[in-house]
Amino acid sequence: MEYDIVIIGGGVVGCAVARLLSAYEGSIALIERSTDVAEGASKANSGIVHAGFDAEPGSLKAKLNVEGAGMYEALCAELGVPFARPGALVLAFDEEQRATVEDLYHKGLANGVEGLEIIGRERILELEPNVNPQVVCALWAKTSGLVSPYELTYALADHAVINGVDFLLETEAKDIHKENGTFVVSTTKGDLHARVLVNCAGISSARLHNMLSDTKYEVIARKGEYYLLDHTVAPAFTRTMFQTPGKMGKGILVSPTTHGNLLLGPTAEDVTDDWDTATTAAALRMVSEKARRTWPKENLRTCVTTFAGIRAHEKGGDFIVGPTQGVKGAYEAIGIESPGLSASPAIAQRLVSQILQDNPLKKKVEWKPAYKGPKPFSGMTIQERAEAYAQNPEYGAVICRCEQVTEAEIRDAIRRPLGARTLDAVKRRTRAGMGRCQGGFCSPRVLEILAEELKVDPTQVTKSGGKSYLLVGTLASITGKEDA
Amino acid sequence: MQILNTQTVDVLVIGAGPAGMAAAIAAREAGVSNLLVLEREADMGGILRQCIHNGFGLHRFKEELTGPEYAQRDIDRVRELGIEVRCGTTVLSIDECRFVTAISKEKGLQLFQAGAIVLAMGCRERPNGSLGTPGTRCAGVFSAGTAQKYVNLEGYMPGKRVVILGSGDVGLIMARRMTLQGAKVLACVELMPYSSGLNRNIVQCLQDYDIPLYLSHTVTYIRGRERLEGVTVSQVDECRNPIPGTEKEFDCDTLLLSVGLIPENELTQQANVEISPLTQGAVVDDTLQTNQPGIFACGNVLHVHDLVDFVSAESLKAGKAAAEYAMGQRWSGKFVHVKDGDGVRGVVPQKIRIPESGMAAQGVQLMFRPAGVYENATLRIMDGEKEIHKAKKRILTPGEMAEVTLKSDILNALSGADLTVRIDP
Repeated sequence: MEYDIVIIGGGVVGCAVARLLSAYEGSIALIERSTDVAEGASKANSGIVHAGFDAEPGSLKAKLNVEGAGMYEALCAELGVPFARPGALVLAFDEEQRATVEDLYHKGLANGVEGLEIIGRERILELEPNVNPQVVCALWAKTSGLVSPYELTYALADHAVINGVDFLLETEAKDIHKENGTFVVSTTKGDLHARVLVNCAGISSARLHNMLSDTKYEVIARKGEYYLLDHTVAPAFTRTMFQTPGKMGKGILVSPTTHGNLLLGPTAEDVTDDWDTATTAAALRMVSEKARRTWPKENLRTCVTTFAGIRAHEKGGDFIVGPTQGVKGAYEAIGIESPGLSASPAIAQRLVSQILQDNPLKKKVEWKPAYKGPKPFSGMTIQERAEAYAQNPEYGAVICRCEQVTEAEIRDAIRRPLGARTLDAVKRRTRAGMGRCQGGFCSPRVLEILAEELKVDPTQVTKSGGKSYLLVGTLASITGKEDA
Repeated sequence: MQILNTQTVDVLVIGAGPAGMAAAIAAREAGVSNLLVLEREADMGGILRQCIHNGFGLHRFKEELTGPEYAQRDIDRVRELGIEVRCGTTVLSIDECRFVTAISKEKGLQLFQAGAIVLAMGCRERPNGSLGTPGTRCAGVFSAGTAQKYVNLEGYMPGKRVVILGSGDVGLIMARRMTLQGAKVLACVELMPYSSGLNRNIVQCLQDYDIPLYLSHTVTYIRGRERLEGVTVSQVDECRNPIPGTEKEFDCDTLLLSVGLIPENELTQQANVEISPLTQGAVVDDTLQTNQPGIFACGNVLHVHDLVDFVSAESLKAGKAAAEYAMGQRWSGKFVHVKDGDGVRGVVPQKIRIPESGMAAQGVQLMFRPAGVYENATLRIMDGEKEIHKAKKRILTPGEMAEVTLKSDILNALSGADLTVRIDP
């Protein structure tokens, strides 16, 4: 297959690049090794749109964080993705940490962050009564935001699909080389040819870069583990609670999510396996212990799940965003760890400006607007529910009782431009199975709808692609008879 | 555009499982004609529909029935009495004024003003996520009831090599069920030093099939990138912490969880009904009325039962009381609280109304779970400092709900002090 542009990686950056490029004439493909987009760091992170006080002034991280965070309102409004800026506090519990907080404040000012203020104990407890009263002061970042990182990625991908980008899923780049001025990307599904290559491959980005360029990068997999608590109890905090950062990252945060859950984590541990998203007893214990410093009345009884994500940490410590050195036609985003989500709109914009500058493309006459999914039934008023049902009776069938997700929304998730193909893909698009029973009741029903919509046998439906089958056969196929 | 009318219902029952059906039957038999049952599933019967094993009905019908057979008796009676049941209808909200919204594919959004409500929504299974078991989040980890649904209602096998975590009854039943269907059940692993299931299920579902039960063990690691590949099982100490060096590896493609049932009280909480942290169900009085007048609760939404027979018995009482409330009956008099003493967890009801002198016509049954395993212990009920009931119990275990009935003469002589139920070893 030949394309003008091939983007490698369906994370938040790759999808944002695909979306921006879809406004221009040309054939574009995005390849992703998983069954869905947002399967790497983009699905498993803190979901914070950082204000930008943390990164070293002058670094690309600092610049793109502040720029990217500033683009969120407009982007999320255009895509129909929930976004809020509840603010954040960085808590100091002793004099040494007070100095760190003051340092962050000055870094923030240097980075051009607005709405920063250092506040004392009394004010902190007024804002967040559940904070440990031993707190001495805090940096209050009023612009700190929250977004669902995977919902943002899905919306970006949908918008790109609507405007003609081919999403080639379950397609992994194995090798890249240049032949007569054209890139040849050898994938698990055959070769792709492209004039322009954009490497947004997250944890694999350095490996792909090193195949093309003489400069070498090294990306380390840095695992972070989390607890996620149910939203039936009002979250203990309305803002993101940070502790002072350490060498490995921003430390353990306690934060509400866009859906009113409470998130605790992440740890930071370098691992050798890029796929190692297993949680460990030691790390989870550490999250719980450290979070208690922020939240002495920590209560994990309403935990719905624990999970881990992998950050792509480049050894140099900064983002690498731009043309690939010494390789004409290649562009890259490498080492996109925190604040990568916050910076992603700016990273994509920077890459696309550079691509267009080097490879002038004609703007399409019509760039179709984004696909805004249906309003969640769970958030509707009585009147809206009645109207939704009048439009589509499938709103009358509540499939996920914990999160009140209806059949209409589940079918939409499968039918939308980049539709769900797996149970987890439906879950993250609709929240069916996200609640306290974790799909105990709804997963058989969601599986049935998936099989029906995808026109496959129920035994072919997976949890998250590959061989993650849920059913191993019919009763007859196992015992050779219908019933024992 | 659908026109939203509010329908007035004298008694509204939420759920058409065994609890809801019994409550509806009792309400109709007590004379309520304007009665409606809402059921989210496509059919009546609740969880009994998938419980195709026998052992149901020994107390109530004096015969051994399967789950569907037991349910059918109530379904038949519901139909015989002409009770309206709306299946495929999910209740979305209730409030303390007993205003209820529900939706179904067939009828759309429905609004109700109920004279009395019976909460009979049942319970759900505690999922893996809430345990925080380390490892991956691969396919092949199911709650036992979900697996039971796949096998018994949909005809699919969720796996072939199985480890079961937790020894709740659903897990034990599924150990046998999966074995009968050709799967290999490698082990049943229980965190506590005793099983949380019925003894008869340990014998009939594990021992009869040579399935080992590991007490004081738990799953400490889940392995597998896509589908489950294996689990690590470790012994635990008295504080339930895994003991290093005791790890056993099991290669399996399926982990079934039977680690507890939780009453489903999200709707209940919307109506500001007080919830007991012990039972995780509503706090009720001897009429099974919650702290919200006219809202009653029964069955597994009130507290998790072991036997459906007791669910039915309890729900008949709740249905009758709801009917009386809807027809204007108001109970008066002061409450005495019933407290959990040593060795006792989650007594229901938590309050008893002191009868006007000599008026108690019938006794009040108290149900609870023993906090541990007791042999030849004494069960005592104290009225303040005074013992008002005493019974010798050969065996008491957390896996089997215990009950004691306070007879009417005892009720008529209550001092007004709080009652305490306790087990003396």
